[in-house]
Amino acid sequence: MKLKQLESLLGDLEQFSNPKVELEQYPTGPHIASRMLYTAESSYGDVSGKVVADFGCGCGTLGAAAALLGAEHVIGIDVDPESLEIASLNAEDLELDIDYIQCDLRNLGWRGQVVDTVVMNPPFGTRKKGADMDFLCVALKVATQAVYSLHKTSTRDHVRRAALRDFNASSAEVLCELRYDVPQLYKFHKKREVDIAVDLWRFVPKK
Amino acid sequence: MRLLTHNMLASNIKGVTNGFPLRIEVEKAIEKQVDFNPEFLKNMFTKIHWKALVDASRIMGFAELPEEADSSMLESDDFLRNFHHALLELHLEEGALVCPETGRRFPVNKGIPNMLLHEDEV
Repeated sequence: MKLKQLESLLGDLEQFSNPKVELEQYPTGPHIASRMLYTAESSYGDVSGKVVADFGCGCGTLGAAAALLGAEHVIGIDVDPESLEIASLNAEDLELDIDYIQCDLRNLGWRGQVVDTVVMNPPFGTRKKGADMDFLCVALKVATQAVYSLHKTSTRDHVRRAALRDFNASSAEVLCELRYDVPQLYKFHKKREVDIAVDLWRFVPKK
Repeated sequence: MRLLTHNMLASNIKGVTNGFPLRIEVEKAIEKQVDFNPEFLKNMFTKIHWKALVDASRIMGFAELPEEADSSMLESDDFLRNFHHALLELHLEEGALVCPETGRRFPVNKGIPNMLLHEDEV
Protein backbone atom coordinates (compact mmCIF):
# COMPACT_ATOMS: atom_id res chain seq x y z
CA MET A 1 0.00 0.00 0.00
CA LYS A 2 1.23 3.47 -0.87
CA LEU A 3 1.67 6.17 1.77
CA LYS A 4 -0.93 8.43 0.13
CA GLN A 5 -3.50 5.65 0.05
CA LEU A 6 -2.86 4.82 3.72
CA GLU A 7 -3.23 8.46 4.74
CA SER A 8 -6.46 8.79 2.82
CA LEU A 9 -8.01 5.67 4.41
CA LEU A 10 -7.05 6.90 7.90
CA GLY A 11 -8.54 10.30 7.10
CA ASP A 12 -12.00 8.73 6.94
CA LEU A 13 -11.92 7.36 10.50
CA GLU A 14 -14.26 8.68 13.18
CA GLN A 15 -12.52 10.63 15.95
CA PHE A 16 -13.48 11.49 19.55
CA SER A 17 -16.92 13.05 19.77
CA ASN A 18 -16.46 14.11 23.42
CA PRO A 19 -12.74 14.17 24.12
CA LYS A 20 -11.77 13.78 27.78
CA VAL A 21 -9.21 16.30 28.95
CA GLU A 22 -8.06 14.23 31.94
CA LEU A 23 -6.97 11.49 29.54
CA GLU A 24 -5.34 14.02 27.20
CA GLN A 25 -7.34 12.68 24.28
CA TYR A 26 -6.07 14.23 21.09
CA PRO A 27 -6.67 12.45 17.82
CA THR A 28 -3.62 11.15 15.99
CA GLY A 29 -4.06 12.81 12.61
CA PRO A 30 -3.87 10.74 9.43
CA HIS A 31 -0.74 12.60 8.32
CA ILE A 32 1.30 11.64 11.38
CA ALA A 33 -0.24 8.17 11.81
CA SER A 34 0.40 7.15 8.21
CA ARG A 35 4.02 8.32 8.30
CA MET A 36 4.68 6.63 11.62
CA LEU A 37 3.50 3.20 10.50
CA TYR A 38 4.80 3.54 6.96
CA THR A 39 8.29 4.26 8.30
CA ALA A 40 8.05 1.33 10.74
CA GLU A 41 7.20 -0.98 7.86
CA SER A 42 9.30 0.31 4.98
CA SER A 43 12.50 1.15 6.89
CA TYR A 44 12.47 -1.52 9.59
CA GLY A 45 10.00 -4.28 8.64
CA ASP A 46 8.31 -3.98 12.05
CA VAL A 47 4.67 -4.26 10.92
CA SER A 48 3.82 -6.75 8.17
CA GLY A 49 3.31 -10.29 9.50
CA LYS A 50 3.88 -9.08 13.08
CA VAL A 51 1.93 -8.86 16.31
CA VAL A 52 1.39 -5.16 16.96
CA ALA A 53 -0.08 -3.49 20.05
CA ASP A 54 -1.47 0.06 20.03
CA PHE A 55 -1.19 1.53 23.54
CA GLY A 56 -3.73 4.18 24.48
CA CYS A 57 -5.31 3.48 21.13
CA GLY A 58 -8.12 6.03 21.44
CA CYS A 59 -10.18 5.79 18.27
CA GLY A 60 -7.75 3.25 16.90
CA THR A 61 -5.92 5.14 14.15
CA LEU A 62 -2.43 3.70 14.69
CA GLY A 63 -3.70 0.14 15.10
CA ALA A 64 -5.80 0.47 11.96
CA ALA A 65 -2.73 1.72 10.10
CA ALA A 66 -0.77 -1.32 11.31
CA ALA A 67 -3.52 -3.68 10.17
CA LEU A 68 -3.73 -1.96 6.78
CA LEU A 69 0.02 -2.48 6.35
CA GLY A 70 -0.35 -6.21 6.91
CA ALA A 71 0.14 -6.78 10.66
CA GLU A 72 -1.03 -10.32 11.39
CA HIS A 73 -2.56 -9.53 14.78
CA VAL A 74 -3.33 -6.09 16.23
CA ILE A 75 -4.37 -5.33 19.81
CA GLY A 76 -5.63 -1.89 20.83
CA ILE A 77 -5.62 -1.05 24.54
CA ASP A 78 -7.36 1.93 26.11
CA VAL A 79 -8.89 2.86 29.45
CA ASP A 80 -11.87 4.67 27.90
CA PRO A 81 -14.88 2.56 26.79
CA GLU A 82 -16.29 5.25 24.48
CA SER A 83 -13.03 5.42 22.54
CA LEU A 84 -12.94 1.65 22.21
CA GLU A 85 -16.46 1.65 20.83
CA ILE A 86 -15.46 4.16 18.14
CA ALA A 87 -12.26 2.18 17.47
CA SER A 88 -14.29 -1.01 16.97
CA LEU A 89 -16.61 0.71 14.49
CA ASN A 90 -13.63 2.18 12.65
CA ALA A 91 -12.07 -1.27 12.32
CA GLU A 92 -15.38 -2.67 11.11
CA ASP A 93 -15.71 0.06 8.47
CA LEU A 94 -12.28 -0.81 7.09
CA GLU A 95 -13.01 -4.57 7.40
CA LEU A 96 -10.07 -5.01 9.75
CA ASP A 97 -9.92 -7.66 12.44
CA ILE A 98 -8.51 -5.95 15.54
CA ASP A 99 -8.74 -7.01 19.21
CA TYR A 100 -9.45 -4.36 21.83
CA ILE A 101 -8.89 -4.48 25.57
CA GLN A 102 -10.20 -2.01 28.12
CA CYS A 103 -7.44 -1.54 30.64
CA ASP A 104 -5.41 1.07 32.49
CA LEU A 105 -2.00 0.40 30.97
CA ARG A 106 -0.24 0.97 34.26
CA ASN A 107 -2.04 -2.13 35.62
CA LEU A 108 -1.74 -4.30 32.54
CA GLY A 109 -1.26 -8.01 33.32
CA TRP A 110 0.78 -9.58 30.55
CA ARG A 111 2.47 -12.89 29.90
CA GLY A 112 5.39 -13.62 27.69
CA GLN A 113 7.19 -12.07 24.80
CA VAL A 114 4.60 -12.37 22.07
CA VAL A 115 4.09 -8.79 20.90
CA ASP A 116 6.66 -7.73 18.32
CA THR A 117 5.96 -4.03 18.01
CA VAL A 118 4.21 -1.43 20.17
CA VAL A 119 2.97 1.76 18.52
CA MET A 120 1.57 4.62 20.54
CA ASN A 121 0.66 8.25 20.77
CA PRO A 122 0.71 8.51 24.55
CA PRO A 123 -0.72 11.35 26.61
CA PHE A 124 2.09 13.91 26.55
CA GLY A 125 2.02 14.23 30.31
CA THR A 126 1.03 17.89 30.18
CA ARG A 127 -2.04 17.46 32.39
CA LYS A 128 -0.81 14.49 34.35
CA LYS A 129 2.91 14.59 34.78
CA GLY A 130 4.78 11.46 33.76
CA ALA A 131 1.85 9.83 31.94
CA ASP A 132 3.91 9.40 28.76
CA MET A 133 6.74 7.82 30.73
CA ASP A 134 4.34 5.30 32.32
CA PHE A 135 3.29 4.23 28.83
CA LEU A 136 6.87 3.96 27.62
CA CYS A 137 7.89 1.87 30.62
CA VAL A 138 5.15 -0.72 29.95
CA ALA A 139 5.70 -0.65 26.17
CA LEU A 140 9.37 -1.56 26.57
CA LYS A 141 8.41 -4.53 28.75
CA VAL A 142 5.80 -5.87 26.32
CA ALA A 143 7.52 -5.33 22.94
CA THR A 144 10.25 -7.70 21.74
CA GLN A 145 11.27 -5.88 18.60
CA ALA A 146 10.52 -2.16 18.68
CA VAL A 147 8.45 0.63 20.21
CA TYR A 148 7.32 3.60 18.13
CA SER A 149 6.14 6.58 20.10
CA LEU A 150 5.51 10.31 19.92
CA HIS A 151 6.86 12.66 22.58
CA LYS A 152 7.16 16.42 22.77
CA THR A 153 10.47 17.60 21.32
CA SER A 154 10.99 19.74 24.43
CA THR A 155 11.32 16.52 26.48
CA ARG A 156 13.85 14.82 24.18
CA ASP A 157 16.77 14.54 26.61
CA HIS A 158 14.55 13.34 29.41
CA VAL A 159 12.90 10.69 27.22
CA ARG A 160 16.24 9.36 26.00
CA ARG A 161 17.69 9.18 29.49
CA ALA A 162 14.66 7.47 31.00
CA ALA A 163 14.39 4.94 28.15
CA LEU A 164 18.04 3.90 28.26
CA ARG A 165 18.65 4.11 31.98
CA ASP A 166 15.34 3.09 33.56
CA PHE A 167 13.18 1.30 31.01
CA ASN A 168 15.25 -1.46 29.50
CA ALA A 169 15.86 0.11 26.07
CA SER A 170 19.03 -0.86 24.22
CA SER A 171 18.61 2.02 21.79
CA ALA A 172 16.53 5.18 21.53
CA GLU A 173 16.49 7.09 18.29
CA VAL A 174 14.54 10.12 17.07
CA LEU A 175 13.49 9.26 13.51
CA CYS A 176 12.04 12.66 12.70
CA GLU A 177 10.53 15.79 14.12
CA LEU A 178 6.89 16.41 13.27
CA ARG A 179 4.43 19.23 13.71
CA TYR A 180 1.47 18.02 15.68
CA ASP A 181 -1.45 20.33 15.13
CA VAL A 182 -3.67 20.37 18.16
CA PRO A 183 -7.08 21.63 17.17
CA GLN A 184 -9.05 23.71 19.63
CA LEU A 185 -10.78 20.85 21.42
CA TYR A 186 -10.96 22.04 24.98
CA LYS A 187 -12.12 25.24 26.64
CA PHE A 188 -8.69 26.02 28.09
CA HIS A 189 -7.24 26.26 24.59
CA LYS A 190 -6.95 29.95 23.87
CA LYS A 191 -5.85 29.72 20.26
CA ARG A 192 -7.87 28.07 17.53
CA GLU A 193 -5.07 25.75 16.62
CA VAL A 194 -1.52 25.29 17.81
CA ASP A 195 1.36 23.42 16.35
CA ILE A 196 3.61 21.64 18.77
CA ALA A 197 6.86 19.99 17.85
CA VAL A 198 6.89 16.26 18.50
CA ASP A 199 9.54 13.61 17.95
CA LEU A 200 8.84 10.27 16.38
CA TRP A 201 10.95 7.81 18.38
CA ARG A 202 12.01 4.26 17.75
CA PHE A 203 13.12 2.34 20.83
CA VAL A 204 14.56 -1.15 20.82
CA PRO A 205 14.05 -3.21 23.97
CA LYS A 206 16.92 -5.25 25.43
CA LYS A 207 16.62 -8.95 24.66
CA MET B 1 -11.24 -11.32 21.22
CA ARG B 2 -9.02 -13.94 19.64
CA LEU B 3 -7.37 -16.69 21.66
CA LEU B 4 -3.99 -15.22 20.73
CA THR B 5 -4.88 -12.20 22.86
CA HIS B 6 -6.14 -14.50 25.62
CA ASN B 7 -2.77 -16.26 25.49
CA MET B 8 -1.05 -13.03 26.60
CA LEU B 9 -3.54 -11.45 28.97
CA ALA B 10 -3.26 -12.02 32.73
CA SER B 11 -5.01 -10.88 35.87
CA ASN B 12 -2.96 -8.26 37.62
CA ILE B 13 -4.93 -7.81 40.84
CA LYS B 14 -2.82 -6.72 43.80
CA GLY B 15 -1.47 -9.76 45.64
CA VAL B 16 -2.12 -12.23 42.81
CA THR B 17 1.10 -14.09 41.97
CA ASN B 18 -0.09 -16.18 39.04
CA GLY B 19 -2.89 -14.53 37.11
CA PHE B 20 -2.44 -16.65 33.98
CA PRO B 21 -4.24 -18.21 32.21
CA LEU B 22 -7.57 -16.49 32.70
CA ARG B 23 -10.43 -18.98 32.71
CA ILE B 24 -12.94 -18.36 29.93
CA GLU B 25 -16.69 -18.28 30.44
CA VAL B 26 -18.47 -18.39 27.09
CA GLU B 27 -21.87 -16.87 26.47
CA LYS B 28 -21.26 -16.33 22.80
CA ALA B 29 -18.35 -17.37 20.61
CA ILE B 30 -18.01 -16.51 16.94
CA GLU B 31 -15.72 -17.48 14.08
CA LYS B 32 -14.15 -15.13 11.57
CA GLN B 33 -12.05 -16.47 8.72
CA VAL B 34 -8.60 -15.03 8.16
CA ASP B 35 -5.89 -15.81 5.63
CA PHE B 36 -3.70 -18.79 6.46
CA ASN B 37 -0.10 -17.76 7.04
CA PRO B 38 2.11 -20.79 7.90
CA GLU B 39 5.25 -18.67 8.39
CA PHE B 40 3.53 -16.61 11.06
CA LEU B 41 2.28 -19.74 12.84
CA LYS B 42 5.72 -21.34 12.86
CA ASN B 43 7.14 -18.17 14.33
CA MET B 44 4.39 -17.97 16.98
CA PHE B 45 4.58 -21.61 18.03
CA THR B 46 7.51 -21.16 20.43
CA LYS B 47 5.93 -18.06 21.99
CA ILE B 48 2.52 -19.55 22.70
CA HIS B 49 1.56 -21.13 26.01
CA TRP B 50 0.32 -24.35 24.47
CA LYS B 51 -1.79 -25.71 27.31
CA ALA B 52 -3.59 -22.40 27.74
CA LEU B 53 -4.45 -22.41 24.03
CA VAL B 54 -5.65 -26.04 24.07
CA ASP B 55 -7.88 -25.45 27.12
CA ALA B 56 -9.24 -22.17 25.78
CA SER B 57 -10.06 -23.63 22.37
CA ARG B 58 -11.90 -26.57 23.97
CA ILE B 59 -14.05 -24.25 26.05
CA MET B 60 -14.82 -22.42 22.83
CA GLY B 61 -16.02 -25.69 21.31
CA PHE B 62 -12.98 -26.62 19.22
CA ALA B 63 -11.30 -29.86 20.31
CA GLU B 64 -8.89 -30.55 17.45
CA LEU B 65 -5.64 -29.47 19.11
CA PRO B 66 -3.44 -32.19 20.64
CA GLU B 67 -2.84 -32.01 24.40
CA GLU B 68 0.90 -31.76 23.80
CA ALA B 69 2.71 -30.40 20.80
CA ASP B 70 6.30 -30.10 19.63
CA SER B 71 7.90 -28.30 16.73
CA SER B 72 8.05 -31.42 14.53
CA MET B 73 4.26 -31.14 14.17
CA LEU B 74 4.69 -27.87 12.29
CA GLU B 75 5.48 -29.99 9.23
CA SER B 76 1.87 -31.18 9.16
CA ASP B 77 -0.58 -29.05 7.22
CA ASP B 78 -3.51 -30.39 9.27
CA PHE B 79 -1.84 -29.39 12.49
CA LEU B 80 -1.05 -25.90 11.18
CA ARG B 81 -4.63 -25.38 10.01
CA ASN B 82 -6.04 -26.35 13.39
CA PHE B 83 -3.48 -24.17 15.16
CA HIS B 84 -4.42 -21.30 12.83
CA HIS B 85 -8.12 -21.76 13.51
CA ALA B 86 -7.71 -21.90 17.30
CA LEU B 87 -5.29 -18.99 17.52
CA LEU B 88 -6.80 -16.51 15.07
CA GLU B 89 -10.33 -17.46 14.01
CA LEU B 90 -12.18 -18.20 17.27
CA HIS B 91 -13.47 -15.10 19.03
CA LEU B 92 -14.94 -14.73 22.48
CA GLU B 93 -17.73 -12.24 21.81
CA GLU B 94 -19.71 -12.30 25.08
CA GLY B 95 -18.77 -13.86 28.39
CA ALA B 96 -16.04 -13.33 30.94
CA LEU B 97 -12.40 -13.91 31.81
CA VAL B 98 -11.92 -15.19 35.33
CA CYS B 99 -8.82 -14.69 37.48
CA PRO B 100 -7.47 -18.20 38.26
CA GLU B 101 -6.43 -17.20 41.77
CA THR B 102 -9.23 -15.00 43.10
CA GLY B 103 -12.19 -15.93 40.91
CA ARG B 104 -12.76 -12.25 40.06
CA ARG B 105 -14.70 -11.98 36.78
CA PHE B 106 -13.65 -9.59 34.05
CA PRO B 107 -16.66 -9.20 31.72
CA VAL B 108 -16.32 -9.42 27.95
CA ASN B 109 -18.85 -7.42 25.93
CA LYS B 110 -18.87 -7.06 22.16
CA GLY B 111 -15.55 -8.88 22.14
CA ILE B 112 -13.85 -6.36 24.45
CA PRO B 113 -12.64 -7.60 27.86
CA ASN B 114 -12.91 -5.04 30.63
CA MET B 115 -9.71 -5.46 32.64
CA LEU B 116 -10.15 -2.29 34.72
CA LEU B 117 -9.34 -2.89 38.36
CA HIS B 118 -11.27 -1.52 41.33
CA GLU B 119 -9.44 0.89 43.62
CA ASP B 120 -8.76 -1.77 46.25
CA GLU B 121 -7.33 -4.17 43.65
CA VAL B 122 -4.52 -1.89 42.47
